[in-house]
Amino acid sequence: MIVLNDIHKSYGRTQVLRGCTAAVKLGEVVVVCGPSGSGKSTLIKCVNGLVPIDRGSITVDGVSVTDKHTDLPALRAQIGMVFQNFELYPHMTALQNVSLAQIHVLKRSRAEADARSEQLLARVGLSSKLSSRPDQLSGGQQQRVSIARALSMDPKAMLFDEPTSALDPEMVNEVLEVMQALALDGMTMMVVTHEMGFAQRVAERVLFMDGGEILEDSPKSQFFANPSTERARQFLTKVLSH
Amino acid sequence: MNYNWDWGVLLQQPYWGWLWSGLGWTLLISLGSWVIALSVGISAGIARCMPNRAIQIVASVYIEVFRNIPPLVQLFLWYFVFPELLPDALGLWIKRDLPNPEYVTAIVGLGLFAGARVAEQIRAGIAAVGIHLLPAALATGLRPLQAFRLILLPLGLRAVFGPLTSEFLITVKMSSISLTIGMLELTAQSRHIENYTFHGLEAFAVATVVYLLLGLSVTGLMRVIDRRFGAAKYRRASS
Ligand SMILES: Nc1ncnc2c1ncn2[C@@H]1O[C@H](COP(=O)(O)OP(=O)(O)OP(=O)(O)O)[C@@H](O)[C@H]1O
Ligand SMILES: [Mg+2]
Repeated sequence: MIVLNDIHKSYGRTQVLRGCTAAVKLGEVVVVCGPSGSGKSTLIKCVNGLVPIDRGSITVDGVSVTDKHTDLPALRAQIGMVFQNFELYPHMTALQNVSLAQIHVLKRSRAEADARSEQLLARVGLSSKLSSRPDQLSGGQQQRVSIARALSMDPKAMLFDEPTSALDPEMVNEVLEVMQALALDGMTMMVVTHEMGFAQRVAERVLFMDGGEILEDSPKSQFFANPSTERARQFLTKVLSH
Repeated sequence: MNYNWDWGVLLQQPYWGWLWSGLGWTLLISLGSWVIALSVGISAGIARCMPNRAIQIVASVYIEVFRNIPPLVQLFLWYFVFPELLPDALGLWIKRDLPNPEYVTAIVGLGLFAGARVAEQIRAGIAAVGIHLLPAALATGLRPLQAFRLILLPLGLRAVFGPLTSEFLITVKMSSISLTIGMLELTAQSRHIENYTFHGLEAFAVATVVYLLLGLSVTGLMRVIDRRFGAAKYRRASS
C-alpha cells in the first residue's frame, strides 16, 4: 500500500533522512518510534507529499507521490492524516470541520456531507459535540474530531504523527481506543508514537529510527523481545520505564 | 481676529451644491479605491503566503514598491507618466477616451497604495493565526487556493479586522490628495468656495466635521460588522 524507497531529505545542510526504505502492506499497522529529532515526522509527512524529498521514490497504492505529473491533492484525499496538535479549524464547529473537505474535495452536498460527518463523529464517540467549536472541546475530544475529519475522505490509509503526545495522560486512552478500533476494521495505518502499549496491542511491525535512518524494521514480538541494535535496546529501556 | 464669519454663505447656491458634490466624490473615491485595495490586497497577501517561491517574490515586490512610494507621487506617476510609457494608441486612449480619467486614476492609484498595506496586514494575520493549519488542510486533499479561501483567509481577516478598519479610514482621508490631479472632492470644493467667497474657514470647518462624521460612521459600522461576523463573535465563542 505504502512503499518508501531510499528516501533522502535535507533541510539546508542538515540531513534529516538518509536513505529510508520501508513498506506498509494493505491492512497492516506499522508503528514508527525513535528519539526526538530522528526524522519520524519528516518521514511520515513525505508519504502524502507534505514534505518534498530530495531523492528516492514513494508510492501509495501504486501511485507515485514524487512524480511531477501526479495530482497531489487527489492523492492526499485518499490518505488520512492526524497531527500531534490536532490542527482543527478553530472558527468552525466539529461538524463543519469534518464536512469541509467532503464538500470541497469530494463535491458532496452539504446535507450528504453533514450526514456522513454525524456518522463519523458518532463512531469516535462525539455525537453530542457536533456543534461545539474546538476550543470548547478537551484535547482528547479534539483529536477524535481530527480523526473523524481524516476518515471523512474514506481514505485508503491513515497516517498518525504522535497523536497522543499533546494530550493529558487521562485522555490518551480515549484516542488510542479509537485508533485500535480503526485497526481492527482493517485500516492500513502508519503511526508515529511512543505509546509502546499501543504498539504491543495493535501493531504488526515496528520501525525504529535514529539519526535519519531506519535502524530496525521488525515484527513487533521480535522488536520488543529482542531488538537487534543497541540503540533500539536503550530506547526501549527508556520509554518502557515510564 | 477680525475675520468676518458668515456661515450662511455655505447655504447659498452654488456653494451648498459644491459641498454636496464634493462629499459625493469623496465617497466614490474612497469606496472605489477600497474595493481595489481589498481585492488586490487579499490576493497579494495570500500570494505572499503561498508555498511557491516565484509567487511569493512577485507579491513581495508589489507590496514593497507600492507601500514605500509616497501616494502623492504614485498619483502623479499614474496620471502624468504612465500613459506616456504605454504604446501610443493605448496612451492616447487613456488620455482622450477613458471616461473620467481623473477618477479612474485616483481609485487605481490610491487603491494600489492601500492594497499594498492591506496585503501586509493580511499576510501578518494569516501568519499569526492560520498558516500552521495549511498542512492539515492540504492533507485532506484541499488545493492550496481552497485552503486559503476556506480556512486561512477567514481566520486571517478576523485577526486583522481592527487594522483593516484603520486602513479604510486612512483611505477615506487619503482621497483628498486626488485634488492634485483635478478631482473635485470635498477638500477641493472647500478650496473652491474659499476662492469664490473668501469664506474658506467656514468651508473647511464644515469639511472637517464631515470627515470626522465619516470616520466615526465607518468605525461604528465596522464595529457592528465585527460583532456580527468577525473576531468578536469568535472571541465570545472561545470564552
Ligand atoms: N522545516 C524544517 N526546517 C529545518 N529543519 C527541520 C524542519 N523540520 C524538521 N527539521 C529538523 O529535522 C530533524 C528531524 O525532525 P523531525 O520533526 O522529523 O523529528 P521527529 O523524529 O519527528 O522528532 P520529534 O520526536 O521531536 O517529533 C530535526 O533535527 C529537526 O530540527
Ligand atoms: Mg515529530
